[in-house]
Amino acid sequence: MNDVVIAGIAQTPVGEHWEVSLRSLAVKVMLAAIKDAGGLRPQALYVGNMLGATLSHQAHLGALLADFGGLHLGDGKDQKHPEQRAGIEAETVEAGGASGGAALRQGYMAVASGLVDVAMVVGVEKFTDVVGAEVEAALATVTDGDFEAIQGLTTTAQAAMLARRYMHEFNMPVDGLAGFALTAHANAAGNKNAMFRKAISLEAYHKAEPVSDPLNMFDVAPNADGAAALILTRAELLPKDFSHPLVRIAASANASDTMGLHNRADPLWFAAAQVSVEQALRKAGLQREQVDLFEYHDAYSIHAALSLEAAGFAPAGQGWKLAADGSIGLTGQIPCATLGGSKARGNPGGATGVYQAVEAASQLQGRAGSNQIAGAKIAMIQCLGGPAATAVTHILEKVRN
Amino acid sequence: MEIARHWRLKQQRYGLVGEVCPHCLAKIFPPRDVCPNCGGEAKTAFAFSGKGEVFSYTTIYEAPAGFDDTAPYTVALVKLEEGPLVTAQLTDLGSQPVEIGMPVEMVTRRLRQDGDERGMLIYGYKFRPRL
Repeated sequence: MNDVVIAGIAQTPVGEHWEVSLRSLAVKVMLAAIKDAGGLRPQALYVGNMLGATLSHQAHLGALLADFGGLHLGDGKDQKHPEQRAGIEAETVEAGGASGGAALRQGYMAVASGLVDVAMVVGVEKFTDVVGAEVEAALATVTDGDFEAIQGLTTTAQAAMLARRYMHEFNMPVDGLAGFALTAHANAAGNKNAMFRKAISLEAYHKAEPVSDPLNMFDVAPNADGAAALILTRAELLPKDFSHPLVRIAASANASDTMGLHNRADPLWFAAAQVSVEQALRKAGLQREQVDLFEYHDAYSIHAALSLEAAGFAPAGQGWKLAADGSIGLTGQIPCATLGGSKARGNPGGATGVYQAVEAASQLQGRAGSNQIAGAKIAMIQCLGGPAATAVTHILEKVRN
Repeated sequence: MEIARHWRLKQQRYGLVGEVCPHCLAKIFPPRDVCPNCGGEAKTAFAFSGKGEVFSYTTIYEAPAGFDDTAPYTVALVKLEEGPLVTAQLTDLGSQPVEIGMPVEMVTRRLRQDGDERGMLIYGYKFRPRL
């Protein structure tokens, strides 16, 4: 198995990109990632996307983005030969909100196996072409269609029921989840790609508009448009003038759990998240104490708390305290959402896992600016499909400066 | 319109019919033919009583398309007395506040319209405070 290294990264800001189409968002970062990789071109493209077919009426994104990204098999110069016009292999990987992480895993496996020399992973989501009830209906397709969505359930309502049960079982105070939003917004102030760049106060959390009791507006990450991309390869294929600190993917793991939240043995335990973290740590030969930062999937504040518990950073029912007492802050014991997380950087749906990889890589490469975790060597990233019906965990490691 | 899909689910929607595992006696909803408890084959039909209690709940204001004309409504995770949890709307609440542990019972109510105004009406289980 080959060692897989990150040759290039790119991202757009997350936001309401009215002027930019889904394909343009993706192509922008695809070309930027190639440039960041010193011109290294991929032989395979893995696209992480969740709602293209529903909100944009656009499926088959692999072929579309390989086409519009100009990813030909040959150098494209001799157009008379079909092999020159044809494009690289390309496909979409879908796992709800974990699509980006699942696509990253495909790219990782392709290079690790030796079957692909250079892989590109792009995460893209275009939320804002549609507004209101249609978006909620599209999001609900990641729940159990026959036994959850048909009841009018929304992904937010699922998280709200988890939060209410969590308060009931563990006596968390009504504002116990506030620390997740406060940390996210404080960190995003230093991230020029973040959607919201102002710190918020506890008072603002208390006054926030309720969304689905007991969750308020600050417990729910804002859905918006964005694209991020990575180029993966083997170290010996890097350009001679490659200048970034070398970062490798030390481990990759994907686990699933029951689709319906009602079918969980314990709805408050993210078993898939636990398993994928344990598998990843084992494959990387690391202890969780060695992790310097954790990019969890905070589409909802309660998911962040449950992810911390499943990852073993806090016992069941205590994950919220790591946010309340500052442990997840940039100078805390386990920095999380270091560039704003989904809450403040913005929630780019199926692209989330790729944003997390780009952010973690930039931390390990020392490119995180005012949010730099000093001496960061090992980053863990995790994205979830639904309330961890899918959980994809990667561990990134700085190899050398 | 998805006539065949909703027709296939009649027994679950109207009768809360799941399965009982002949090996470990676990009650299963929805039916899935493989027991999630012991892994054995489980195809014996079992009709749940419809009695249960609220495990958790929330009120939805921003509803998905197809449900927006009935918003706000309350959804819940209901723990059936035989063991499994189901996701369902709560109905006939009146001014009664909902509480975790509140006893409820199954009723059949309209879930939504299938497709546009020409679509059939889809009925299924909801739960009301136990009378």
